[in-house]
Amino acid sequence: QPADDMPDWSAYRGVLVYIEHRDGVAKSVSWQLLGQGKKLADKLEVDLMALVIGDNVKHLAEEAIAYGANRVFLFDAKELKSYRTRPYSRASMKVIHEIKPEIVLFGATATGRDLAGAIATHLPTGLTADTTELDVEPHPSRLLLASRPAFSEKMMATILCKQYRPQMATARAGVFEALPRDPNRQGEIVQFEFAMNESEIAAKVLDFIQDQSKINIEEAEIIVAGGRGLGGPEPFKMLKELADELGGVVGASRAAVDAGWIKHEHQVGQTGYTVRPKLYFAIGISGAVQHLVGMQNSGIIVAINRDPDAPIFKAAHYGIVGDLFQIVPAITEEVRKRRGL
Amino acid sequence: MLHIVVCIKQVPDSREIRIDPKTNTLIRTGVPAIVNFYDLHGLEEALVLREKYGGKITVVCMGPPPAEKALKQCISLGADQAILVTDRGFAGADTLATSYVLAETIKKVGEEFGPVDVVFTGKQTLDGDTGQVGPGIACRLDLEQLTYVEKVVGIDMEKRRITVHRHLEDGVEVVETALPVLLTALKELNKVRRAPMPGMLKAARYKPIVWTTQDFPNLDRSKIGLKGSPTIVAKSWVPEQKTVNTEMIEGEDAQTKAVSLVDKLWQTDLPTKFGWDRPAQA
Ligand SMILES: Cc1cc2nc3c(=O)[nH]c(=O)nc-3n(C[C@H](O)[C@H](O)[C@@H](O)COP(=O)(O)OP(=O)(O)OC[C@H]3O[C@@H](n4cnc5c(N)ncnc54)[C@H](O)[C@@H]3O)c2cc1C
Ligand SMILES: Cc1cc2nc3c(=O)[nH]c(=O)nc-3n(C[C@H](O)[C@H](O)[C@H](O)COP(=O)(O)OP(=O)(O)OC[C@H]3O[C@@H](n4cnc5c(N)ncnc54)[C@H](O)[C@@H]3O)c2cc1C
Repeated sequence: QPADDMPDWSAYRGVLVYIEHRDGVAKSVSWQLLGQGKKLADKLEVDLMALVIGDNVKHLAEEAIAYGANRVFLFDAKELKSYRTRPYSRASMKVIHEIKPEIVLFGATATGRDLAGAIATHLPTGLTADTTELDVEPHPSRLLLASRPAFSEKMMATILCKQYRPQMATARAGVFEALPRDPNRQGEIVQFEFAMNESEIAAKVLDFIQDQSKINIEEAEIIVAGGRGLGGPEPFKMLKELADELGGVVGASRAAVDAGWIKHEHQVGQTGYTVRPKLYFAIGISGAVQHLVGMQNSGIIVAINRDPDAPIFKAAHYGIVGDLFQIVPAITEEVRKRRGL
Repeated sequence: MLHIVVCIKQVPDSREIRIDPKTNTLIRTGVPAIVNFYDLHGLEEALVLREKYGGKITVVCMGPPPAEKALKQCISLGADQAILVTDRGFAGADTLATSYVLAETIKKVGEEFGPVDVVFTGKQTLDGDTGQVGPGIACRLDLEQLTYVEKVVGIDMEKRRITVHRHLEDGVEVVETALPVLLTALKELNKVRRAPMPGMLKAARYKPIVWTTQDFPNLDRSKIGLKGSPTIVAKSWVPEQKTVNTEMIEGEDAQTKAVSLVDKLWQTDLPTKFGWDRPAQA
């Protein structure tokens, strides 16, 4: 790809990742983006940088280095305790204006989308939403190839931003791999002053009610999902036992959700969540295409179904034909045995 | 009294879009055009707020002339007036160009019909699906921005402050801010009413106000349509149906099969990664 139809962007170098957290605890998508950001930075032969904004969050800057960043920009001020659009976008803009990264990445979370949407408009520049593939063309074009699912996951589209810098994208949680944490990695922390008073910020966060029961299925690495074959709400307890044993969460097909056996937040598929766990159990799920689009990128898929012709077997790495009410408890028991319980 | 602007987009119901397996292209024929359903939740909340605090509701839509139908639906539900912003020059807009035109529209609405206190957009659309237009508008108009709103607690009309619940991945945030504000609506916000008969009759006769580029004398032409859009869709493709080599696990009874499956799983890196090889804490 020739670079001749593009302006001279030589002032813009490096990949910057926004580190999202709640009260100093990082969201895993932040480390995943550093992992992918490292690949892009290596290909472009530039620094991988991280942006940390919060109150008492110096440890996150150090963590960002352990997860691969060479340089971390840190805002640490009491006004920055909770995320609010104005102060956070003000701080981010300051770094982007001064450092001039060529690529900026955010998690496609509520906060990441809120912040990235504001920044891209202010700059202004292009922002690709909700990407699941990120690559770059090498020098001289250095273009970010940001690809995202479109039309309810039925297509993929690659989006470019040629006439503006930086190139920005939000990216889905659970798609990219974090680097192994290495506390011996070296990097530089650059502290920035935050110049805004509380009186200048209209928004006040009055309360945050953590939802303990809430499952974050999109980020789950192990999912034990059940469908209409379970026949009612009760057998989901059996799935929960296996999930607990493996450190996973329970998922469901739409048929199970529509029947009222389990809440929508567990639903996988076109009108539910798209998931990419390392291990996915489809239990009593036939494998309709609307279900498959939501889970076919899982690492290992295990299907359990009494119908040998169920389409789910075509998508599965391991298939077991049989009665789920016998097989699932047998698996749970065998796992327990191996763990010496 | 509140002046509320609700932004609505007419979208193809992408849940109904199919892929032609022979050509790998989208089959759009027969796909109904609907009001993006999150936007209807924005409109519903505007109706509730108007009932509580008084005022008026202006609905705006940027789109081709057939989008008039979407605006009429909003009139039938109870909006006071509707504006269609339409021009060939607006076509091909990405979120940056879209938020520019919508911000200019809302500015003009404010000048002609009175200052705007609250703007609603949907959380995201069914087609572009970016959720970026709301924050874009808020930025350009220097409005306070509260995204992913699942509940409006109330508005203190004297202090001109609003309190809402924002729905985040890990819980609910209660936040208060100043008017004017832009809110992005979730479906948990409310239950959308059905259009009452008088509303339907009103809508049948109603002609939306139409604005084109001519109606915006100060419009910066470099910021609209394809030219004003930094993002370019370079290519699109249908992801290949992953072909998987399925290994069927045989065995005479459930227990044999279970043992054999767990054997397979134990040969992967999962046990070390997830600590299955260490005994669980009691
Ligand atoms: C497959 C595909 C991928 C795309 N990817 C990107 C991308 O990554 N980045 C990018 O910048 N653009 C992208 N676009 C272009 C972009 O989606 C739209 O063209 C843009 O006009 C609106 O963005 P949206 O539909 O995502 O709106 P969203 O930001 O999801 O919409 C949020 C809300 O804004 C309001 N709104 C949006 N559009 C209008 C309108 N025309 N009139 C009134 N109110 C409106 C509605 O209330 C809506 O609920 C993509 C388009 C397609 C078809
Ligand atoms: C627009 C649209 C969007 C949709 N979105 C989604 C979505 O997001 N997610 C989704 O999942 N679906 C979605 N669907 C629905 C989808 O088409 C299927 O209807 C649904 O996935 C079926 O759920 P199921 O596999 O649990 O049920 P079924 O298809 O009824 O399958 C039940 C399976 O259980 C097996 N079984 C029964 N008893 C036992 C037993 N004792 N032991 C072992 N196996 C047993 C049966 O052999 C069967 O294969 C959508 C549909 C449409 C039209």
